[in-house]
Amino acid sequence: MTADWTVRGTADVESLEIALLLEAVYQAYGYDFRGYSRGSLRRRLVRRMEVEGLKSLSALQECVLHDPACMKRLLLDLSVNVSSMFRDPSFYLAFRTKVVPLLRTYPFVRVWNAGCSTGEEAYSMAILLREHDLYDRTRIYATDMNQTVLDQARAGAFPLGKMQEYTSNYIRAGGTRAFSEYYVANGRNARFDSVLSDNIVFAEHNLVTDRSFNEFHVILCRNVMIYFDRSLQDHVLGLLHESLTTLGVLAIGLKESLEFTSHADCYEALDSSQRLYRRVR
Amino acid sequence: MTTHELVVMGASWGGLAALGLVLSGLPRDFGAAIAVAQHRGVEPADAVLADALARKSALPVREVHDKDPIVPGWVHMAPSDYHLLVERGGTFALSTDPREQYSRPSIDVLFESAADAYASRVVGVILTGANPDGAAGLARIRRRGGFAVVQDPATADRAAMPEAAMARAGADEVVALSEIAPLLTRLCGRVPATEQARP
Repeated sequence: MTADWTVRGTADVESLEIALLLEAVYQAYGYDFRGYSRGSLRRRLVRRMEVEGLKSLSALQECVLHDPACMKRLLLDLSVNVSSMFRDPSFYLAFRTKVVPLLRTYPFVRVWNAGCSTGEEAYSMAILLREHDLYDRTRIYATDMNQTVLDQARAGAFPLGKMQEYTSNYIRAGGTRAFSEYYVANGRNARFDSVLSDNIVFAEHNLVTDRSFNEFHVILCRNVMIYFDRSLQDHVLGLLHESLTTLGVLAIGLKESLEFTSHADCYEALDSSQRLYRRVR
Repeated sequence: MTTHELVVMGASWGGLAALGLVLSGLPRDFGAAIAVAQHRGVEPADAVLADALARKSALPVREVHDKDPIVPGWVHMAPSDYHLLVERGGTFALSTDPREQYSRPSIDVLFESAADAYASRVVGVILTGANPDGAAGLARIRRRGGFAVVQDPATADRAAMPEAAMARAGADEVVALSEIAPLLTRLCGRVPATEQARP
């Protein structure tokens, strides 16, 4: 065979670079992004490459391997998942009517917000449970792989500019108070009442590489697994399944599905359009 | 056998009417899968736009769920408030990453991922809009050997989006809105219904 010194188009070189970079990150730092969906991952890697002033993903690999600070910045890019408070109000409305009555039957409720990022969902759930007088006997474990986003979540401060959107979401989610009762303006931020975070435990946990750490009555993992490929989704669903008590409730994103997954027959829909499921075996 | 297996379409202002016209002109045995990113606000319920377009199209129109397979002869719509991405191996992925060009779904996100996954087997189509989204994505499609179609700005409800695409990416064909469906049918061919995958 004659050597052909041309490469097969830039995107093919790039996909090779991505595979090598992810392998390097895994071997050097233990963070495993190899099972992530590539489209979104590529955009984040390329953005980091550009911000660092680098010309190629191979150069980003060199930077990440020789400069832990660069790895920290990349990890933040790869782990932030944007959410908003009461995103998908119809979901929270269904949670009030279909899940809250179940939770009333437990003396103590453990909720796992898996992949909590900056905490919008954990605070939304705290507000909802408080309005149903369940919060005092609830503990929400809000976990993420990244310490930096957990620090942000712990602070409970969100941009003031978002409050109009969040208020409208809150009302459509069946909120019965004035949303502004829950925060005070603090510069450009809305700082949420510390009562809301009293029963939230923010902790580092990596869904890809860490094990189950407790048994929960409710697991919220919405729009987190969309970033994973099918086989990693199956792996993480297995972890969630192990961590959910029998008859516990699993909530996933509105455009996600348990159908065609390895655990499909272990769940019954509590509300299929809002992706609320109950573990039955 | 045709080489174009996927058509990606992007539209913004005026897109509902334009998409309706293009989809209504495609034959029932259209030979490629179609994926659409249409800018719009957050929909209060599922699949509002998909249902509206389904009434105008001979092809099945579906809102995409995460990791759905890419099916020839189907129109796959990006859900409101999610980005739609094409993965290698013939599936879609969704993301809730930040808006790009103020938009989610973003046309650039769809087009660039389609270019990466399908290379010369993809056709990109930019329709009416008042926003430059899609120009970078169409450029990537062309760089990877795919085929670029832009709606003639003179026939567009809003000309800014097709003009931005032509300025940044150029185009293999610039055609009037009414000519887009016949052009796509020539590019992608027709497949007897029995040969189409129907999961």
